[in-house]
Amino acid sequence: MTTIRIPPVLRENTGGSRTVEVTGSTVSKALDDLFGKHPALRDRVTEDGELSRFINVYVNDRDVRYRDGLETAVGADDTIILLPAMAGGSR
Amino acid sequence: MRTAVAPASDLIAAIGNTPMVELRRLAPHDGVRLYAKLEGNNPTGSVKDRVARAMIESAITDGSLVPGQTILEPSSGNTGISLAMIGSRLGHPVRIVMPDNTTPEREQILRLFGAEIVFSPGAEGSNGAIRLAQGLADADPSVFMPYQYGNQANPRVHFETTGPEILAQVPDVDVFVAGLGTGGTLTGVGQYLKCERPGVRIVAAEPLPGEVQGLRSLEDGFIPPVLDESVLDDKFLVNNRDAVIGLRRLLRDEGIFAGLSCGAAIAVAVRVAREMETGSVVVLLADGGWKYLSADLWSRDLDELEDELEGSLVW
Repeated sequence: MTTIRIPPVLRENTGGSRTVEVTGSTVSKALDDLFGKHPALRDRVTEDGELSRFINVYVNDRDVRYRDGLETAVGADDTIILLPAMAGGSR
Repeated sequence: MRTAVAPASDLIAAIGNTPMVELRRLAPHDGVRLYAKLEGNNPTGSVKDRVARAMIESAITDGSLVPGQTILEPSSGNTGISLAMIGSRLGHPVRIVMPDNTTPEREQILRLFGAEIVFSPGAEGSNGAIRLAQGLADADPSVFMPYQYGNQANPRVHFETTGPEILAQVPDVDVFVAGLGTGGTLTGVGQYLKCERPGVRIVAAEPLPGEVQGLRSLEDGFIPPVLDESVLDDKFLVNNRDAVIGLRRLLRDEGIFAGLSCGAAIAVAVRVAREMETGSVVVLLADGGWKYLSADLWSRDLDELEDELEGSLVW
């Protein structure tokens, strides 16, 4: 099982769960499994089948936008992290 | 010793031209050379001196900042301190909106430069400080807000100064790594290096936020207008623990006393360097460690520190 970490702002759609266990060999398939379990998340995380620009998706520590996007491979030991785009760092 | 340079006409003119040092002990293997650009050597101790100076000078030039006018800006520290120093030199009152859970050194330094501080709720993070500052600026049209997140002078100064300095210091640079905050450094340096040295890779180190994320809704999320995402080739998340470990290795192995975001940047730089067979990696270290002394990032138990960083805004 692959673990998906849910940010606080999306937990109202997962019944408060911080993590959800899913199956799927790519980010796209893993997210489909997530949306099957928590349907309201689909429209919050994606727009017309693409990732919402307000969401960053990481496999472990690497942003999938700079890899193979939704087709980035995931394994059972990987963690997918969903994060809202936000102001970070020391400014 | 480094070559002496002519005296600057004022402290503001002494901004930039920071040292580059090779990190021989942190380089993961012999094929890769790792270099650090020490932005903590700027007059107030961070890369933000470049940005603050550029924003103020461009506003004076285009007439949007007039003599004596108050400068208002959201900042969790570095930009505020730079603006406070420059404002004090040029005769502008400075008001900084800052989350109330940062380290006390920032407040101390801001006050030394005569700045006024408006605190925003720490639980709302940097986004909360931005919202509050925008509200204050809307309510009081007499203030000037440089707004580093949307001010093109921010990436431009990195295109015009930081990028050329890096290429002059490390002409064979293959990878540039920096922390992602406003996106100004990565965008400006990235655009410059990609013009001058096609094939160079631009890599972002992004802090992994704790449970306190300060977002009321997803649409509250924030992609800084100055960030050109097309210039990035890779982006890594770094958690607080790995950033602190990086920070400690910088001090122990290379004698560099740096701020927390530098720990994240070096962690990513070493990781990227490890995956290369040969080449040169330049990492920009944005600030010195002075403003983080009270958090005691260098000696405390890592587990204890991790719990505390989860709920505050040390970055």
